[in-house]
Amino acid sequence: MTTHKSALLIKEKDVVVPGDELAQGMDYLPGQWTYRKGDYILAERLGLINIEGRAIKVIPLSGKYVPKVNDIIIGKVIDVTLNGWRIETNSAYSAFLSIKDATSEFINRGADLTKIFDLDDNVVAKIINVTSQKLIDLTTKAPGLKKMIGGRVIIVNPNKVPRVIGKQGSMISMIKDATNCKIVVGQNGIVWMEGEPKNEVVAIKAIRKIENEAHISGLTDKIKMYLEEQKKQYAL
Amino acid sequence: MGYSQRLDGRKLDELRPIEAKAGVIKNADGSAFFRIGKTSAYAAVYGPRELYPKFMQDPSKGILRCNYSMMPFSGIGERVRPGPNRRAREISLVTEKALAPVVELGEFPNAVIDVFIELPQTDAGSRCAGICAASMALADAGIPMKDLVAAVSVGKVHDKILVDLDYNEEAYEDGPVADIPIALVPSTQEISLLQMDGEISKEELMQALELGRTVIPQIIEIQKKALKEKYAIKDDQ
Repeated sequence: MTTHKSALLIKEKDVVVPGDELAQGMDYLPGQWTYRKGDYILAERLGLINIEGRAIKVIPLSGKYVPKVNDIIIGKVIDVTLNGWRIETNSAYSAFLSIKDATSEFINRGADLTKIFDLDDNVVAKIINVTSQKLIDLTTKAPGLKKMIGGRVIIVNPNKVPRVIGKQGSMISMIKDATNCKIVVGQNGIVWMEGEPKNEVVAIKAIRKIENEAHISGLTDKIKMYLEEQKKQYAL
Repeated sequence: MGYSQRLDGRKLDELRPIEAKAGVIKNADGSAFFRIGKTSAYAAVYGPRELYPKFMQDPSKGILRCNYSMMPFSGIGERVRPGPNRRAREISLVTEKALAPVVELGEFPNAVIDVFIELPQTDAGSRCAGICAASMALADAGIPMKDLVAAVSVGKVHDKILVDLDYNEEAYEDGPVADIPIALVPSTQEISLLQMDGEISKEELMQALELGRTVIPQIIEIQKKALKEKYAIKDDQ
Protein backbone atom coordinates (compact mmCIF):
# COMPACT_ATOMS: atom_id res chain seq x y z
CA MET A 1 0.00 0.00 0.00
CA THR A 2 1.27 3.43 -0.92
CA THR A 3 1.36 6.25 1.58
CA HIS A 4 -0.86 9.15 0.57
CA LYS A 5 0.09 12.76 0.95
CA SER A 6 -2.81 14.75 2.31
CA ALA A 7 -3.47 18.24 1.06
CA LEU A 8 -6.12 20.88 1.44
CA LEU A 9 -7.22 22.15 -1.96
CA ILE A 10 -9.31 25.14 -0.82
CA LYS A 11 -9.16 27.68 1.98
CA GLU A 12 -11.57 28.94 4.64
CA LYS A 13 -14.50 30.97 3.26
CA ASP A 14 -13.92 29.97 -0.37
CA VAL A 15 -17.06 29.64 -2.49
CA VAL A 16 -17.41 26.07 -3.76
CA VAL A 17 -19.87 24.43 -6.15
CA PRO A 18 -20.99 20.77 -6.32
CA GLY A 19 -18.19 18.53 -7.54
CA ASP A 20 -15.34 20.80 -6.40
CA GLU A 21 -12.40 18.93 -4.88
CA LEU A 22 -11.90 20.15 -1.33
CA ALA A 23 -9.10 17.96 -0.01
CA GLN A 24 -6.97 14.99 -0.93
CA GLY A 25 -5.97 12.18 1.38
CA MET A 26 -7.32 10.58 4.52
CA ASP A 27 -6.14 13.26 6.98
CA TYR A 28 -9.30 15.29 6.40
CA LEU A 29 -12.87 14.33 7.22
CA PRO A 30 -15.98 15.07 5.15
CA GLY A 31 -18.40 17.27 7.12
CA GLN A 32 -21.87 18.53 6.25
CA TRP A 33 -22.64 18.82 2.51
CA THR A 34 -19.41 17.12 1.47
CA TYR A 35 -18.68 13.52 0.58
CA ARG A 36 -15.69 11.25 0.08
CA LYS A 37 -14.94 9.95 -3.39
CA GLY A 38 -11.86 7.72 -3.45
CA ASP A 39 -8.94 9.78 -2.23
CA TYR A 40 -10.79 13.08 -2.47
CA ILE A 41 -13.39 15.01 -0.49
CA LEU A 42 -15.87 16.73 -2.83
CA ALA A 43 -18.47 19.43 -2.26
CA GLU A 44 -22.11 18.37 -2.45
CA ARG A 45 -23.71 21.79 -2.43
CA LEU A 46 -23.03 25.39 -3.36
CA GLY A 47 -21.71 27.31 -0.37
CA LEU A 48 -18.85 28.65 1.74
CA ILE A 49 -16.07 26.45 3.11
CA ASN A 50 -15.69 26.08 6.85
CA ILE A 51 -12.71 24.15 8.20
CA GLU A 52 -12.77 22.98 11.81
CA GLY A 53 -9.67 21.00 12.68
CA ARG A 54 -9.71 18.06 10.28
CA ALA A 55 -13.36 18.35 9.31
CA ILE A 56 -14.39 20.30 6.22
CA LYS A 57 -17.96 21.41 5.79
CA VAL A 58 -19.91 23.55 3.34
CA ILE A 59 -22.20 26.29 4.67
CA PRO A 60 -25.03 26.69 2.13
CA LEU A 61 -25.62 30.11 0.57
CA SER A 62 -28.88 29.29 -1.16
CA GLY A 63 -31.70 26.82 -0.98
CA LYS A 64 -35.02 26.35 0.71
CA TYR A 65 -35.53 26.28 4.46
CA VAL A 66 -34.98 22.83 6.00
CA PRO A 67 -37.34 22.33 8.96
CA LYS A 68 -35.59 21.71 12.30
CA VAL A 69 -37.09 20.87 15.67
CA ASN A 70 -37.33 23.88 18.06
CA ASP A 71 -37.08 26.45 15.26
CA ILE A 72 -39.57 29.30 15.51
CA ILE A 73 -41.13 29.94 12.12
CA ILE A 74 -43.85 32.11 10.63
CA GLY A 75 -46.37 30.35 8.46
CA LYS A 76 -49.64 31.05 6.73
CA VAL A 77 -52.80 29.00 7.32
CA ILE A 78 -53.68 27.29 4.04
CA ASP A 79 -56.33 24.84 5.24
CA VAL A 80 -58.57 24.34 8.23
CA THR A 81 -59.25 20.65 8.90
CA LEU A 82 -61.26 18.65 11.43
CA ASN A 83 -58.50 18.55 14.03
CA GLY A 84 -56.22 21.48 13.24
CA TRP A 85 -54.68 23.70 10.64
CA ARG A 86 -52.33 23.15 7.72
CA ILE A 87 -49.62 25.80 7.62
CA GLU A 88 -47.48 26.83 4.67
CA THR A 89 -43.85 27.03 5.85
CA ASN A 90 -41.75 28.38 2.96
CA SER A 91 -39.97 24.99 2.88
CA ALA A 92 -40.61 22.01 0.63
CA TYR A 93 -43.33 20.78 2.98
CA SER A 94 -46.36 22.22 4.75
CA ALA A 95 -46.75 21.78 8.50
CA PHE A 96 -49.64 20.72 10.69
CA LEU A 97 -50.83 22.50 13.81
CA SER A 98 -53.26 20.34 15.75
CA ILE A 99 -55.84 21.76 18.20
CA LYS A 100 -54.08 19.97 21.05
CA ASP A 101 -50.86 21.92 20.36
CA ALA A 102 -52.55 25.18 19.42
CA THR A 103 -54.12 26.28 22.66
CA SER A 104 -54.52 25.20 26.27
CA GLU A 105 -58.11 26.42 26.30
CA PHE A 106 -60.92 23.90 26.14
CA ILE A 107 -62.48 23.63 22.70
CA ASN A 108 -65.85 21.99 22.22
CA ARG A 109 -66.22 19.16 19.74
CA GLY A 110 -67.34 20.63 16.44
CA ALA A 111 -66.36 24.18 17.35
CA ASP A 112 -65.57 26.59 14.52
CA LEU A 113 -61.77 26.44 14.27
CA THR A 114 -61.60 29.54 12.09
CA LYS A 115 -62.39 31.54 15.27
CA ILE A 116 -58.89 30.64 16.48
CA PHE A 117 -56.87 30.67 13.25
CA ASP A 118 -58.56 31.52 9.95
CA LEU A 119 -57.35 30.96 6.39
CA ASP A 120 -54.50 33.32 5.39
CA ASP A 121 -53.64 34.17 9.00
CA ASN A 122 -49.93 34.48 9.72
CA VAL A 123 -48.95 32.38 12.70
CA VAL A 124 -45.73 32.39 14.70
CA ALA A 125 -45.18 28.77 15.74
CA LYS A 126 -42.51 26.43 17.01
CA ILE A 127 -41.61 23.15 15.30
CA ILE A 128 -42.03 20.28 17.77
CA ASN A 129 -41.46 17.32 15.47
CA VAL A 130 -40.14 16.50 12.00
CA THR A 131 -40.47 12.92 10.75
CA SER A 132 -38.31 11.12 8.21
CA GLN A 133 -41.06 11.74 5.67
CA LYS A 134 -40.83 15.43 6.57
CA LEU A 135 -44.20 15.70 8.26
CA ILE A 136 -43.88 18.79 10.42
CA ASP A 137 -45.79 19.32 13.68
CA LEU A 138 -46.13 22.79 15.16
CA THR A 139 -47.14 24.28 18.49
CA THR A 140 -48.33 27.73 19.49
CA LYS A 141 -48.40 26.94 23.21
CA ALA A 142 -45.46 29.06 24.37
CA PRO A 143 -44.89 32.75 25.06
CA GLY A 144 -44.66 34.82 21.87
CA LEU A 145 -46.25 32.15 19.70
CA LYS A 146 -49.49 33.55 18.31
CA LYS A 147 -51.42 34.84 15.36
CA MET A 148 -50.02 38.04 13.85
CA ILE A 149 -52.77 40.50 13.03
CA GLY A 150 -52.26 43.07 10.28
CA GLY A 151 -48.76 44.11 9.26
CA ARG A 152 -46.88 42.83 6.27
CA VAL A 153 -44.75 39.86 5.41
CA ILE A 154 -41.48 39.80 3.49
CA ILE A 155 -39.46 36.75 2.54
CA VAL A 156 -35.68 36.66 2.95
CA ASN A 157 -33.16 33.95 2.08
CA PRO A 158 -33.47 31.44 4.99
CA ASN A 159 -29.68 30.94 4.92
CA LYS A 160 -29.22 34.62 5.82
CA VAL A 161 -31.65 34.63 8.77
CA PRO A 162 -28.87 34.31 11.41
CA ARG A 163 -27.31 37.53 10.09
CA VAL A 164 -30.67 39.34 10.03
CA ILE A 165 -31.17 38.43 13.70
CA GLY A 166 -27.55 39.06 14.71
CA LYS A 167 -25.75 37.90 17.84
CA GLN A 168 -28.34 37.66 20.65
CA GLY A 169 -30.73 39.54 18.39
CA SER A 170 -28.47 42.61 18.18
CA MET A 171 -29.15 43.36 14.52
CA ILE A 172 -32.92 43.00 14.61
CA SER A 173 -33.32 44.97 17.86
CA MET A 174 -31.26 47.77 16.31
CA ILE A 175 -33.70 47.94 13.38
CA LYS A 176 -36.69 47.76 15.73
CA ASP A 177 -35.34 50.66 17.83
CA ALA A 178 -34.45 52.76 14.81
CA THR A 179 -37.75 52.30 12.98
CA ASN A 180 -40.25 51.78 15.80
CA CYS A 181 -41.61 48.75 13.92
CA LYS A 182 -42.77 45.52 15.46
CA ILE A 183 -40.69 42.85 13.71
CA VAL A 184 -40.75 39.06 14.06
CA VAL A 185 -38.22 36.97 12.13
CA GLY A 186 -39.00 33.32 11.48
CA GLN A 187 -36.14 30.84 10.97
CA ASN A 188 -37.83 29.92 7.69
CA GLY A 189 -37.02 33.34 6.23
CA ILE A 190 -40.43 34.89 6.67
CA VAL A 191 -40.31 38.27 8.38
CA TRP A 192 -43.46 39.87 9.75
CA MET A 193 -43.49 43.57 10.53
CA GLU A 194 -45.87 46.34 11.45
CA GLY A 195 -45.31 50.06 11.81
CA GLU A 196 -45.79 53.41 10.11
CA PRO A 197 -45.53 53.00 6.31
CA LYS A 198 -42.38 55.15 6.13
CA ASN A 199 -40.78 53.21 8.97
CA GLU A 200 -41.66 49.93 7.30
CA VAL A 201 -39.93 51.04 4.10
CA VAL A 202 -36.74 51.82 6.00
CA ALA A 203 -36.90 48.53 7.91
CA ILE A 204 -37.41 46.54 4.69
CA LYS A 205 -34.51 48.34 3.00
CA ALA A 206 -32.24 47.63 5.97
CA ILE A 207 -33.20 43.93 6.00
CA ARG A 208 -32.59 43.65 2.25
CA LYS A 209 -29.19 45.27 2.73
CA ILE A 210 -28.27 42.75 5.44
CA GLU A 211 -29.41 39.93 3.16
CA ASN A 212 -27.23 41.17 0.28
CA GLU A 213 -24.16 41.87 2.38
CA ALA A 214 -24.42 39.03 4.89
CA HIS A 215 -20.82 37.95 4.32
CA ILE A 216 -19.26 41.29 5.38
CA SER A 217 -17.61 41.59 8.76
CA GLY A 218 -18.58 44.63 10.83
CA LEU A 219 -22.03 44.61 9.25
CA THR A 220 -23.77 45.81 12.44
CA ASP A 221 -21.89 49.15 12.39
CA LYS A 222 -22.54 49.54 8.69
CA ILE A 223 -26.28 48.96 9.12
CA LYS A 224 -26.34 51.39 12.04
CA MET A 225 -24.92 54.12 9.77
CA TYR A 226 -27.29 53.11 6.98
CA LEU A 227 -30.30 53.40 9.28
CA GLU A 228 -29.23 56.90 10.40
CA GLU A 229 -28.86 57.91 6.75
CA GLN A 230 -32.25 56.50 5.80
CA LYS A 231 -33.97 58.11 8.78
CA LYS A 232 -32.71 61.52 7.63
CA GLN A 233 -33.81 60.83 4.06
CA TYR A 234 -37.33 59.83 5.09
CA ALA A 235 -37.46 62.45 7.87
CA LEU A 236 -38.40 59.96 10.58
CA MET B 1 -11.60 15.27 -50.48
CA GLY B 2 -13.72 15.02 -47.39
CA TYR B 3 -14.61 17.66 -44.81
CA SER B 4 -11.19 19.29 -44.63
CA GLN B 5 -12.30 22.58 -43.11
CA ARG B 6 -15.24 23.19 -40.75
CA LEU B 7 -17.77 25.63 -42.16
CA ASP B 8 -17.28 28.16 -39.36
CA GLY B 9 -13.49 27.81 -39.32
CA ARG B 10 -13.22 25.94 -36.01
CA LYS B 11 -10.71 23.19 -35.22
CA LEU B 12 -12.19 19.68 -34.95
CA ASP B 13 -12.04 19.66 -31.14
CA GLU B 14 -12.95 23.31 -30.72
CA LEU B 15 -16.20 24.35 -29.02
CA ARG B 16 -18.24 27.35 -30.08
CA PRO B 17 -17.79 30.42 -27.81
CA ILE B 18 -19.51 29.80 -24.47
CA GLU B 19 -21.10 32.30 -22.12
CA ALA B 20 -22.61 31.34 -18.77
CA LYS B 21 -24.31 33.29 -16.00
CA ALA B 22 -26.03 32.22 -12.79
CA GLY B 23 -28.99 33.85 -11.04
CA VAL B 24 -30.59 35.53 -14.05
CA ILE B 25 -34.22 34.96 -13.00
CA LYS B 26 -34.76 36.57 -9.61
CA ASN B 27 -38.14 35.05 -8.80
CA ALA B 28 -36.90 31.48 -9.25
CA ASP B 29 -35.17 29.54 -6.46
CA GLY B 30 -32.24 29.09 -8.83
CA SER B 31 -31.55 30.00 -12.43
CA ALA B 32 -28.88 30.14 -15.10
CA PHE B 33 -28.18 31.23 -18.65
CA PHE B 34 -25.96 29.21 -20.95
CA ARG B 35 -25.01 30.14 -24.50
CA ILE B 36 -22.87 28.11 -26.87
CA GLY B 37 -22.41 29.78 -30.26
CA LYS B 38 -25.85 30.81 -31.47
CA THR B 39 -27.70 28.38 -29.18
CA SER B 40 -28.81 29.88 -25.89
CA ALA B 41 -30.77 28.44 -22.99
CA TYR B 42 -32.35 29.78 -19.81
CA ALA B 43 -33.08 27.42 -16.95
CA ALA B 44 -35.15 28.22 -13.86
CA VAL B 45 -35.50 25.90 -10.86
CA TYR B 46 -38.49 26.01 -8.49
CA GLY B 47 -38.53 23.87 -5.42
CA PRO B 48 -38.13 21.48 -3.79
CA ARG B 49 -41.85 21.96 -3.24
CA GLU B 50 -44.90 19.85 -2.53
CA LEU B 51 -45.99 17.65 -5.42
CA TYR B 52 -49.60 17.50 -6.54
CA PRO B 53 -51.56 15.49 -7.60
CA LYS B 54 -50.73 13.42 -4.57
CA PHE B 55 -50.63 10.06 -6.37
CA MET B 56 -47.49 11.23 -8.17
CA GLN B 57 -45.59 11.61 -4.89
CA ASP B 58 -42.82 9.13 -4.12
CA PRO B 59 -42.29 8.59 -0.37
CA SER B 60 -38.76 7.23 -0.91
CA LYS B 61 -37.33 10.14 -2.87
CA GLY B 62 -38.12 13.42 -4.57
CA ILE B 63 -38.97 13.80 -8.21
CA LEU B 64 -37.04 15.82 -10.77
CA ARG B 65 -39.36 17.28 -13.37
CA CYS B 66 -37.85 18.99 -16.41
CA ASN B 67 -39.64 20.98 -19.04
CA TYR B 68 -37.82 21.80 -22.28
CA SER B 69 -39.35 24.37 -24.55
CA MET B 70 -38.22 26.24 -27.66
CA MET B 71 -39.54 29.78 -27.95
CA PRO B 72 -41.69 30.58 -31.01
CA PHE B 73 -38.98 32.81 -32.54
CA SER B 74 -36.07 30.49 -31.69
CA GLY B 75 -35.74 28.80 -35.07
CA ILE B 76 -34.35 30.17 -38.30
CA GLY B 77 -37.24 32.41 -39.33
CA GLU B 78 -40.03 29.85 -39.43
CA ARG B 79 -42.25 30.15 -36.37
CA VAL B 80 -41.74 27.25 -33.95
CA ARG B 81 -45.13 26.11 -32.72
CA PRO B 82 -44.98 26.65 -28.95
CA GLY B 83 -46.03 24.20 -26.30
CA PRO B 84 -45.24 20.58 -25.65
CA ASN B 85 -44.82 18.32 -28.67
CA ARG B 86 -43.36 14.88 -29.26
CA ARG B 87 -39.80 16.19 -29.57
CA ALA B 88 -39.99 18.50 -26.53
CA ARG B 89 -41.40 15.70 -24.37
CA GLU B 90 -38.58 13.39 -25.38
CA ILE B 91 -35.93 16.02 -24.65
CA SER B 92 -37.53 16.85 -21.29
CA LEU B 93 -37.34 13.17 -20.41
CA VAL B 94 -33.70 12.69 -21.44
CA THR B 95 -32.77 15.90 -19.60
CA GLU B 96 -34.29 14.47 -16.41
CA LYS B 97 -32.36 11.26 -16.90
CA ALA B 98 -29.13 13.15 -17.66
CA LEU B 99 -29.37 15.14 -14.42
CA ALA B 100 -30.82 12.47 -12.11
CA PRO B 101 -27.49 10.68 -11.32
CA VAL B 102 -26.06 13.75 -9.57
CA VAL B 103 -29.11 15.21 -7.78
CA GLU B 104 -29.58 13.96 -4.20
CA LEU B 105 -33.31 13.36 -4.47
CA GLY B 106 -33.36 11.24 -1.30
CA GLU B 107 -33.29 14.48 0.72
CA PHE B 108 -36.77 15.45 -0.46
CA PRO B 109 -39.30 12.61 -0.11
CA ASN B 110 -42.74 13.37 -1.60
CA ALA B 111 -41.46 16.64 -3.10
CA VAL B 112 -40.73 17.81 -6.62
CA ILE B 113 -37.96 19.93 -8.11
CA ASP B 114 -39.21 21.71 -11.22
CA VAL B 115 -36.72 22.71 -13.89
CA PHE B 116 -37.96 24.90 -16.73
CA ILE B 117 -35.69 25.26 -19.75
CA GLU B 118 -36.48 27.87 -22.37
CA LEU B 119 -34.51 28.40 -25.55
CA PRO B 120 -34.69 31.88 -27.07
CA GLN B 121 -32.39 30.94 -29.94
CA THR B 122 -31.25 27.60 -31.32
CA ASP B 123 -28.56 26.54 -33.74
CA ALA B 124 -28.21 22.79 -32.98
CA GLY B 125 -27.10 21.36 -29.65
CA SER B 126 -30.10 22.77 -27.80
CA ARG B 127 -30.64 19.80 -25.49
CA CYS B 128 -26.95 20.01 -24.50
CA ALA B 129 -27.19 23.75 -23.80
CA GLY B 130 -30.38 23.05 -21.83
CA ILE B 131 -28.69 20.41 -19.68
CA CYS B 132 -25.71 22.70 -19.00
CA ALA B 133 -28.02 25.55 -17.96
CA ALA B 134 -30.21 23.24 -15.86
CA SER B 135 -27.30 21.77 -13.92
CA MET B 136 -26.06 25.29 -13.08
CA ALA B 137 -29.56 26.39 -12.09
CA LEU B 138 -29.93 23.37 -9.75
CA ALA B 139 -26.62 24.21 -8.06
CA ASP B 140 -27.72 27.86 -7.78
CA ALA B 141 -30.96 26.73 -6.13
CA GLY B 142 -28.93 25.08 -3.37
CA ILE B 143 -30.02 21.56 -4.29
CA PRO B 144 -27.57 18.93 -2.94
CA MET B 145 -25.72 17.46 -5.91
CA LYS B 146 -22.77 15.09 -6.25
CA ASP B 147 -21.38 17.04 -9.20
CA LEU B 148 -22.29 19.35 -12.05
CA VAL B 149 -23.27 17.86 -15.41
CA ALA B 150 -22.09 19.21 -18.73
CA ALA B 151 -23.27 18.17 -22.17
CA VAL B 152 -22.03 18.63 -25.71
CA SER B 153 -22.68 17.00 -29.02
CA VAL B 154 -19.95 15.00 -30.73
CA GLY B 155 -20.18 13.32 -34.08
CA LYS B 156 -18.98 12.73 -37.54
CA VAL B 157 -19.32 14.95 -40.58
CA HIS B 158 -18.31 13.26 -43.84
CA ASP B 159 -14.98 11.73 -42.78
CA LYS B 160 -14.08 13.74 -39.67
CA ILE B 161 -14.81 13.10 -35.98
CA LEU B 162 -15.55 16.43 -34.31
CA VAL B 163 -17.28 18.16 -31.38
CA ASP B 164 -20.16 20.60 -31.04
CA LEU B 165 -21.90 20.43 -34.41
CA ASP B 166 -23.82 23.53 -35.43
CA TYR B 167 -26.91 23.51 -37.65
CA ASN B 168 -24.96 23.78 -40.91
CA GLU B 169 -22.91 20.72 -39.99
CA GLU B 170 -25.97 18.74 -38.93
CA ALA B 171 -27.48 19.52 -42.32
CA TYR B 172 -24.28 18.72 -44.27
CA GLU B 173 -25.25 16.86 -47.44
CA ASP B 174 -22.02 15.83 -49.19
CA GLY B 175 -21.36 12.91 -46.86
CA PRO B 176 -22.70 10.93 -43.90
CA VAL B 177 -23.38 12.84 -40.68
CA ALA B 178 -23.73 11.50 -37.14
CA ASP B 179 -24.86 13.79 -34.33
CA ILE B 180 -24.38 12.35 -30.85
CA PRO B 181 -25.37 14.50 -27.87
CA ILE B 182 -23.66 13.29 -24.70
CA ALA B 183 -23.75 14.42 -21.06
CA LEU B 184 -20.96 13.59 -18.66
CA VAL B 185 -20.61 13.49 -14.87
CA PRO B 186 -16.94 14.47 -14.51
CA SER B 187 -16.21 13.02 -11.06
CA THR B 188 -17.33 9.52 -12.04
CA GLN B 189 -16.80 9.80 -15.81
CA GLU B 190 -20.35 8.42 -16.18
CA ILE B 191 -22.14 9.24 -19.41
CA SER B 192 -25.70 10.17 -18.46
CA LEU B 193 -27.02 11.10 -21.90
CA LEU B 194 -26.24 9.30 -25.13
CA GLN B 195 -28.41 9.71 -28.19
CA MET B 196 -27.62 9.53 -31.85
CA ASP B 197 -28.97 10.78 -35.11
CA GLY B 198 -27.26 9.46 -38.25
CA GLU B 199 -24.85 6.61 -38.73
CA ILE B 200 -21.36 5.85 -37.47
CA SER B 201 -19.15 2.78 -37.03
CA LYS B 202 -18.42 1.32 -33.61
CA GLU B 203 -14.76 2.40 -33.70
CA GLU B 204 -15.66 5.92 -34.72
CA LEU B 205 -18.32 6.12 -32.00
CA MET B 206 -15.74 5.22 -29.37
CA GLN B 207 -13.38 7.83 -30.82
CA ALA B 208 -16.11 10.46 -30.75
CA LEU B 209 -16.97 9.66 -27.12
CA GLU B 210 -13.28 9.95 -26.15
CA LEU B 211 -13.16 13.33 -27.86
CA GLY B 212 -16.27 14.34 -25.89
CA ARG B 213 -14.61 13.36 -22.61
CA THR B 214 -11.62 15.57 -23.40
CA VAL B 215 -13.65 18.72 -24.15
CA ILE B 216 -16.35 18.51 -21.45
CA PRO B 217 -13.99 19.63 -18.63
CA GLN B 218 -13.73 22.99 -20.46
CA ILE B 219 -17.51 23.44 -20.17
CA ILE B 220 -17.50 22.40 -16.50
CA GLU B 221 -14.85 25.05 -15.78
CA ILE B 222 -17.00 27.76 -17.37
CA GLN B 223 -20.09 26.61 -15.41
CA LYS B 224 -18.19 26.62 -12.11
CA LYS B 225 -16.67 30.02 -12.80
CA ALA B 226 -20.09 31.53 -13.54
CA LEU B 227 -21.61 30.11 -10.33
CA LYS B 228 -18.69 31.31 -8.20
CA GLU B 229 -18.90 34.76 -9.78
CA LYS B 230 -22.48 35.17 -8.56
CA TYR B 231 -21.57 34.37 -4.97
CA ALA B 232 -18.10 35.94 -4.92
CA ILE B 233 -17.47 38.35 -2.07
CA LYS B 234 -17.03 41.68 -3.77
CA ASP B 235 -13.98 43.63 -2.62
CA ASP B 236 -15.50 47.07 -3.03
CA GLN B 237 -18.13 46.45 -0.36
